[in-house]
Amino acid sequence: MIRFLLRRIGVVIPTFLGITLLSFSLIHMIPGDPILVMMGERHIDPEFYKLAMHNLGLDQPLYLQYWHYLVNALHGNLGLSVRSQVPVMQEFLALFPATVELSFCAMLFAVPVGLAAGMIAAMRRGKVADHGVMGIALTGYSMPIFWWGLMLIMLFSVKLGWTPVSGRIDLLYDIQPVTGLLLVDSLLAHDMDAFKSVVMHLILPSIVLGTIPMAVIARMTRSAMLEVLREDYIRTARAKGLSMARIVLIHALRNALMPVVTVIGLQVGTLLAGAVLTESIFSWPGVGSWLINAIGARDYPVVQGGILLIATLIILVNLLVDILYGVINPRIRHAR
Amino acid sequence: MAEIIKTVATDLGHPTPLREFWSAYSANKGALIALVYLVLLAAAAILAPWIAPHSSSEQFRDFMLTPPSWLADGHARFVLGTDELGRDILSRLMNGARLSLTIGLISVIVSLIPGIVLGLLAAFYPGWLGTTIMRLMDIMLALPSLLLAIAIVAVLGPGLQNTMLALAVVGLPSYVRLARAAAMTELHKDYVIAAQLSGAGKLRLMFNTVLPNCLAPLIVQATLGFSSAILDTAALGFLGLGVQPPLPEWGTMLAAARDYIERAWWVVTMPGITILITVLALNLMGDGLRDALDPKLKRLA
Repeated sequence: MIRFLLRRIGVVIPTFLGITLLSFSLIHMIPGDPILVMMGERHIDPEFYKLAMHNLGLDQPLYLQYWHYLVNALHGNLGLSVRSQVPVMQEFLALFPATVELSFCAMLFAVPVGLAAGMIAAMRRGKVADHGVMGIALTGYSMPIFWWGLMLIMLFSVKLGWTPVSGRIDLLYDIQPVTGLLLVDSLLAHDMDAFKSVVMHLILPSIVLGTIPMAVIARMTRSAMLEVLREDYIRTARAKGLSMARIVLIHALRNALMPVVTVIGLQVGTLLAGAVLTESIFSWPGVGSWLINAIGARDYPVVQGGILLIATLIILVNLLVDILYGVINPRIRHAR
Repeated sequence: MAEIIKTVATDLGHPTPLREFWSAYSANKGALIALVYLVLLAAAAILAPWIAPHSSSEQFRDFMLTPPSWLADGHARFVLGTDELGRDILSRLMNGARLSLTIGLISVIVSLIPGIVLGLLAAFYPGWLGTTIMRLMDIMLALPSLLLAIAIVAVLGPGLQNTMLALAVVGLPSYVRLARAAAMTELHKDYVIAAQLSGAGKLRLMFNTVLPNCLAPLIVQATLGFSSAILDTAALGFLGLGVQPPLPEWGTMLAAARDYIERAWWVVTMPGITILITVLALNLMGDGLRDALDPKLKRLA
C-alpha cells in the first residue's frame, strides 16, 4: 500500500513542477514589457519602473526568478494583487468557499440525477425512455452553459420571478462569516430566512454548473450498467425471478459504480472551468469571476496565482481519486 | 431455400471500404441528420456574403430590436429579428458560422498534425524522448481545456488569431495520447515487423506503415475536438477574451445580448441555439463516425 501511495505521488510531482513552470512563464510570454502592459502608461518614472521590476523579481536571471517563484509558491506566497495590494493567496482563500459551495451544490444536482437517468436508460435499453434520456444527456453534454444560464435567468428570474438574478444572498441579510460557506454560516446564525435566501440564490447556478457533469455521469452510468448487466450473476439473479429494479439496484449498481466514481472525481476540472462561466453570468463572487476580472485588469500576479492554485487543486483531487480507487479495488493497487 | 441463398450471395460481393463505411454510418439516424445539418451550415457559411439577406454589419436604425418575423411586431425583412443596433440576426449568424467553422477547422488541423507527429515519436522512441513528450502532455492535461485556453489568451491578448492558437494548444494532448496509444498497439503486429525486416526506415514505418492504421480513432477525436473548439471559442467570446466585436462571432453576440435579456429574448436565444445545435451535431457525427470506422470502439449501444 505504501509503495502504491509513493508511486502515485511520485507521478504527481513532475506534473506539479510543470504547472509552476507554466504559471511562472505566463508573465514572460506577455508580448512587450510586462510592467508597461500592467501599468498601462507610456511614460513611467524610471525609478518607479525599477522598483516594480525589482518587486516582481524581473531584474534577476531567469533560473533564479523561477527558483524564487517556486520556493515562494511552496510557502503559499504568490505575490500581491496589482489592483488591491492584497496577497493573492489571501484573496483566493476568501473567495474560494463561494466556489466550493457552488460546485458542491452542482454535484448535489448532477450525481443523483445523472445516476438515475443512466440507470433508467440501461434498464429500458433501446426503448423510448433510453433514447429520450440519452438524447437529453447528449444535449446537456453539448450545452454552451453560459447561454443555458442566460436562458434560465430569462425564464425563472425575469419572467416568473421565482429566483434571484445574481449574487449569493439578499443584501439585507448580514451573516457573520465563519466557514465562508453561506449555507453553513446562515444555519450557524440560526437565521432561517437568510438560509432560504442562500438556497434560492444557489438553485439556478447549481443547475447550470451541474448540467455537463450530469450528462457525463448519465452516459457513464448507462454504459457501465450495460456492461455489468451482461455478467453471469445477473442472469442467475434473473433466472431466480428477481425484479429488474431489484437486480439493478442491489446486484448491478455496486459493481457499475466503480467507473462512475472515477468519472465523478474527474469532474472537478469541469466544475472549476465551468465555474468561470457560471460565476460570471450570475455575478457569483468566487474564484472564477475573480480570475476573469483579473485578466480584464491585467492583474498578472492574480492570473498566475489563480491558474497555479486551480491546477494544483485539480491535480490533488485527481490524486485523491486515484488513491481511493486503489483502496477500494486491490487489483489496481497491486497492478504495476 | 437454395434460391434464397443464391440471391443473398449475389448481393454480398465485396463492398468498397467507402461503401461499407457509408452503410454503417447512415444506419445511425442521428448521425445522418447531424451530417445534413452540418453540410447546410457549411454551405450557409461559405455562401454567406452572397445569400445572407443583409450585411452582417449594416445597422437598420429604424428597426432596432425588431422581433422575429413570425411574431406580431416582426418584420418580413428580418427573419430572426434584429439586435440592439438594428443588425439582422440571421445574417450575423450566417457570417458567424464562417468564423466558428474556420476557427474550429484551423485549430483542429494545427493541433492534429503536430499531435500525430509527437504521438508517433513517443510510440517509436519510448525512452527519454517519449517520456518527456508524455510528461509535457500530462502537464497540459492538468488544466481543463477552457482554463488553459483562458490562460493563453490572458497572456497573448484576445482576438481571432490568438483564439485559434489557444485552442490548437489546448487540443494537442488528446491527439498525442491517442496517436501514441494507437501506434503502440500496431507496433508489434506482424505487418509492421515484416516492413521493418524488409528494410523500411523509421520515417517510412511511422508515416506509411503505422499511421494509416491509426487514423480511425484520430478522425473521431478530430470531430469531437472540432465541437469542443466551437464551444470554447464561443465561451472565450462570451467572456470577452475571444473574437472581438463587431465581428459576429456567436459567443461575442451572446455577450452583447446579455443586457437585453429582459426585453428582447430573441437576441439572446438565437446565437445560443445555433451554438448548441452545431455542437450537438458534431458530437452526434463523432459518435456515428466512431461506430462506423471502428467496430472495436463501438459503445454498448
